[in-house]
Amino acid sequence: MSSAQTAEGASQEALSFFRKRFGVDESSLEATLGTALERRVDYADVYFEYTTQDSVSLEEGIVKNGSRHLDQGVGVRAQSGERQGYAHSDEISIDSARLAAGTARAISDQGGTNSPVALQGQGGPKDLYPLEQSPTDVPIETKVALLDEIDRYARGLDPCVKQVMASVITQHKQILVASSDGTLAADIQPLVRLNVQVIAADGNKREIGYEGMGGRYSLDRLMDPENWQRLAREAVRVAKLNLDSVPCPAGSMNVVLGPGWPGILLHEAIGHGLEGDFNRKKTSAFSDRLGERVAAEGVTVVDDGTLPERRGSINIDDEGTPSQHNVLIENGVLVGYLHDRLNAGLMGAAPTGNGRRESYAHMPLPRMTNTFMLPGQDDPGDILRSVDRGLYAVSFGGGQVDITSGKFVFSASEAYLIEDGKIGAPVKGATLIGNGPDVLTRVNRIGNDLELDRGVGTCGKDGQGVPVGVGLPTIRIDDLTVGGTEG
Amino acid sequence: MSELQNVNDQELVARAIDQARAAGAAQADAVLVRSDSTEVKVRGSEIEYVKQAGERCLGIRTLVGQAGSFSSAVTSTCDLAQDAVDRMAAETVALARAMACDPHAGLPEAGFAEEIPDLGLMDARDRNATVEARIEDARSAESSARATDPRIDNSEGSQAGSDFSEIIYRNSEGFGGSYASAYHSLFSEPLASEGESKQRDYWMTVGRRMADLEDPAVVGRKAAERAVRRLGARSVPTCEVPVIFDGLTAPSLLGQLAGCLSGYSIYRESSFLSAAMGETISSSQITVIDDGRLPGGLGSKPFDGEGLPTRRNVLVESGQLQSWLLDTYSGRKLGLPSTGNASRGAGSGPGVGATNLWIEPGSGTLEEIIADTERGLLVTELIGMGFNPTTGDYSRGASGLWIESGQIAYPVEEITIAGNLGDMLMQVDAVGSELVWRGRVAAPPLRVARMTVAGQ
Repeated sequence: MSSAQTAEGASQEALSFFRKRFGVDESSLEATLGTALERRVDYADVYFEYTTQDSVSLEEGIVKNGSRHLDQGVGVRAQSGERQGYAHSDEISIDSARLAAGTARAISDQGGTNSPVALQGQGGPKDLYPLEQSPTDVPIETKVALLDEIDRYARGLDPCVKQVMASVITQHKQILVASSDGTLAADIQPLVRLNVQVIAADGNKREIGYEGMGGRYSLDRLMDPENWQRLAREAVRVAKLNLDSVPCPAGSMNVVLGPGWPGILLHEAIGHGLEGDFNRKKTSAFSDRLGERVAAEGVTVVDDGTLPERRGSINIDDEGTPSQHNVLIENGVLVGYLHDRLNAGLMGAAPTGNGRRESYAHMPLPRMTNTFMLPGQDDPGDILRSVDRGLYAVSFGGGQVDITSGKFVFSASEAYLIEDGKIGAPVKGATLIGNGPDVLTRVNRIGNDLELDRGVGTCGKDGQGVPVGVGLPTIRIDDLTVGGTEG
Repeated sequence: MSELQNVNDQELVARAIDQARAAGAAQADAVLVRSDSTEVKVRGSEIEYVKQAGERCLGIRTLVGQAGSFSSAVTSTCDLAQDAVDRMAAETVALARAMACDPHAGLPEAGFAEEIPDLGLMDARDRNATVEARIEDARSAESSARATDPRIDNSEGSQAGSDFSEIIYRNSEGFGGSYASAYHSLFSEPLASEGESKQRDYWMTVGRRMADLEDPAVVGRKAAERAVRRLGARSVPTCEVPVIFDGLTAPSLLGQLAGCLSGYSIYRESSFLSAAMGETISSSQITVIDDGRLPGGLGSKPFDGEGLPTRRNVLVESGQLQSWLLDTYSGRKLGLPSTGNASRGAGSGPGVGATNLWIEPGSGTLEEIIADTERGLLVTELIGMGFNPTTGDYSRGASGLWIESGQIAYPVEEITIAGNLGDMLMQVDAVGSELVWRGRVAAPPLRVARMTVAGQ
């Protein structure tokens, strides 16, 4: 298949796929939406998805598991006021879509008719992730050979490496959205990921180290020795570091977060609380706070779905809205929420291109894309030197937030004590906990070294996982509670 | 779902295996999962959504080569047209050929389930429940929550769901079986406000039969009481105290322990318990049982993901580690027979999973355990993922109630609790008498004698 250089190209290619393979064309989509609109509904949309995912994994020196999954289906939604009806089927056909439309429209208890739908195809700006070849079309033998090489390389790095686990996952997702407001949009969304995990042993002590990378780009990027060798070296380094780490002290401390993946702080502490659904329902700790100061001066946080090749990027969201660069916090002041169509409409705002879903089996929700803080002026070394005693956290496992109380937690996978402005002993089991609406008010240094993460984040909400990205420059936050075992 | 459909699905599963054999597979198995589900959510007095779905998905596993050096692969597809299934079966074989030979791969040699007992996994009458009836359940939980206390002034809503599914499994060694099950749930999540303090909490009830569910009004009221009692929560100074896990949070410790007893983490030596078989791993007050045949159990099934009969396994008896959780592959790696714990969905090959897993109840209610605690923390919710199965290191965000002089003093939040799961299990000094199932894993309230609580 020819390469798609513009989003219009990707969109046309996906439209043509659904038409040729399943007979889904404009007139049949208009008729399906017409079925959903036979009751009094404010809005209806139909979403088709066809996804192929391959995964190959290695452990104990051999590539043991290979898998391929084909997931396909159609979901139809009808909306009346705040009510939504949703029906989905894993059979892609206009018949099953019309059946689903009949079920979804039952949400409206009023009869009535709406004017017929006239779909208008939309082309977007440049394609954020054009590919010559789908990563799922790369021969399986190529992926097997890559994993074998990684295994040999990682084992050769250090005799303490006892176990290497590595996997390569590739995905090719095609979507098509048509809605009652005339939207007809489609996209092809490739995704690749490489994971390397090692177990290192020293006497009776065993520790795990992990590193991964991924994005919406060609598998060639992962095949580049510079990349996979770096992953293997990182995994081994972290496992060995953990072998030497000491228990983490507990209590309130000044914390320096390193650049990149620690941006998960923004995702948990701020991002979720700014999603439109929680704010429309006023269940978020950030509800009704637009225009208020929620962060220190100099702190600007954005959510940007338009970055080329990033894991969290999308040409269009799962409601057909083009992705955007959205400013959430500008110089410390809350200026925007993240919206899907439903919540934007009910709040009198415009959709922001954040209506996302895991698959056709789910309704869209306001979700993040790539969330990061813009860089400041400070030299990262100066920031570390400014702390007498504290914690320097450079990598994290995962986090969670209570939207309503604003309390969040996230767990460091690589962290060090700071003593007299210098990086000290590595600590294990450090957990950071705080309060979303005020944690960023205690940011007092912002580095000039913004980095985005390496493309391994998945965000879960209401049981739906979607790929996301985060980013951060080095920052200093005062008086954060650190959980550890040493009282 | 009609009988005709069932016959077609049975044939489809058999066909997938025949096609895999024809393409060169020495062994093959296939599983078809079919489900139809309804989920509704009511918020305030308004319906928020009604969701209805039907799904059918087929998973195929093939093994190629000679016994003792098979290589294997799995595929799945939701496209169940005959030609799509034929193509997928052939692709699975091609994929398996690209994998390395593994001396331990292969289907079980024998011992497949001989009878398929009725474990009470659904009540056919529940099929007649209407969407309107489930909306009424959610509405009733929602209005009960809001009527419980004037400080309940908002909510994330109340959800009711019903899922009916059927599993059809067959393999090339001659075993074939199927069973149907249902899962019903009701969940309520109200918000309480007072001054600047805003808190949410939840309560839920789940069961194989609608009749097993708690009354919707009770679900709403309990959820509301839990949210209200968190109002005004504050942090506490960092300290070491006894920590009590309630019936909602204690199962998470057991779930983490189960992961560390999975055969896969044992042969990879990625569990802190890898070398602990036969040793004392917990306080003598703890006995852990996994039983896949509990009548009406949320984890019950007549046969596991490889067609082997499920059974009762005592994993820990009075503190002594007695059994791993194994499927055929991880068992062979460790030189042991499967424990009937293969879990398998359409989208994956077999792995290890607990069935119905619980800690045997002890004596004393939660209230009695609290009264017996001079000063400490009752944990009612945990957040974050701070657990390392390789070392047992444990550090999670918590909220709950502070205990002074054997009584609840005030709500706490923005704290972490930390320790090591191995030490925590050894230090359990009270096991409660109440065991309530809200999923496949259940535990009574547990008290750990000492943990680090980090706060201000």
